[in-house]
Amino acid sequence: MFGVLFVFSIGLTVRTHSFHKSKFVSSANMISGNIYAVKSEITDYFGLQKENEKLLNENIRLRKLVESYKELTPIPPLDSVAIPSSFVFYSARVINNNYSKTKNNITINKGAGDSIAIDMGVISSKGLVGIINSVSQNYATVQSILNTKSQINAKLKNSEHFGSLVWDTKDPNVVQLIDVPRLAPVVVGDTIVTGGKSTIFPKGILIGTIKDFSIEADANYYDLNIQLFNDMTNLKHVYMIKNNRAEEIITLEKQIEDAEQ
Amino acid sequence: MQNSDILITILRFITLVLLQVLILNHINFMGFVNPYVYVLFILIFPLNGNKSLLIFLSFLLGITIDIFSDSGGVHAAASVFIAFIRPYILKFAFGVSYEYNMVKLNKVPFTERMTYIVVLVLVHHFLLFSLEIFSLSHILLILKSTLFSGIFSTVVILCLLLLFSRKSS
Repeated sequence: MFGVLFVFSIGLTVRTHSFHKSKFVSSANMISGNIYAVKSEITDYFGLQKENEKLLNENIRLRKLVESYKELTPIPPLDSVAIPSSFVFYSARVINNNYSKTKNNITINKGAGDSIAIDMGVISSKGLVGIINSVSQNYATVQSILNTKSQINAKLKNSEHFGSLVWDTKDPNVVQLIDVPRLAPVVVGDTIVTGGKSTIFPKGILIGTIKDFSIEADANYYDLNIQLFNDMTNLKHVYMIKNNRAEEIITLEKQIEDAEQ
Repeated sequence: MQNSDILITILRFITLVLLQVLILNHINFMGFVNPYVYVLFILIFPLNGNKSLLIFLSFLLGITIDIFSDSGGVHAAASVFIAFIRPYILKFAFGVSYEYNMVKLNKVPFTERMTYIVVLVLVHHFLLFSLEIFSLSHILLILKSTLFSGIFSTVVILCLLLLFSRKSS
């Protein structure tokens, strides 16, 4: 009895260490989803004012953007047809958030019924949050960037040098950007954005600023500490990004890989 | 078990799960210290109760916590393990009197009760964090989390025991 149950739970644990195996045990199910939803309905009232302020600030930022686009010359860019159709945004509310473990997940109140699917990117009004890793009918869980399994492509804002965004579990508001080539012009305070090299996030979503960096004498890569724009301990509203072209890109890349083998 | 005992056990199960996932999982004292108080269920399960039943209930308890905190099977594994070793720890902590079924948790000397709680909590936490972090290079983090969370859990468990212990008649 003990043996069977113990091995079973260890098995479940090992399963969760790989991202793409679908999980049976996830808070995106009906019972826990509903309990978390009720809880967040109650506790959300305590943060309403701050949340309003955040949304207002975002509105202002977007308004400025719209204005600046209006002033642009009305010549449409060559690929203007492609831009609006590629990415679709959905919104959701965070109903459970972890940041103190080494593998943190966030639960949100939208699921497959709201056309949320695994592998969609998740951002907040301030920056990157994570990637959807399991969905049920009405809820979904997000693998937070504060998860040792998370690896997201990111780059310096003012050059095209990129690296992988990982987390060393120490501070919930500081993540690490590793494998940045030595040639890159790294300066403390510079902005880091998503690289757009994956099919999940569009290019240029804000992540954070460089807090400090180190490089070994004979190494070819920088390790950067990134101070996040997001306060990962205080998330309420998030946006999901769906890339309509993801499938096309993945099929194409797979064809090449298959052809090379 | 009497009917009322069964009812109390079920109520205790649900209360501890809700307490754990809705409140205690979000304390994050000093950034990472959370008490895992649901082990109380295993600690105060009737000492002469059915052992297989306890192991099964512990599994159920652990997997419920896992579902809520998206942690795979780590709580289930740790809970099942301490449910399994509980008889040995009982013998270790209370000595001979346990073998004669004489132990009542709220009547034993404080030191013996303390040993029992601390040993089980530490074993549970150590297993929990080892499985969750799952890497030898973070052994210090595992030990640190075990120690701090262990102290926190023990304190909360002792408080709960004091609050809800029935007056000895």
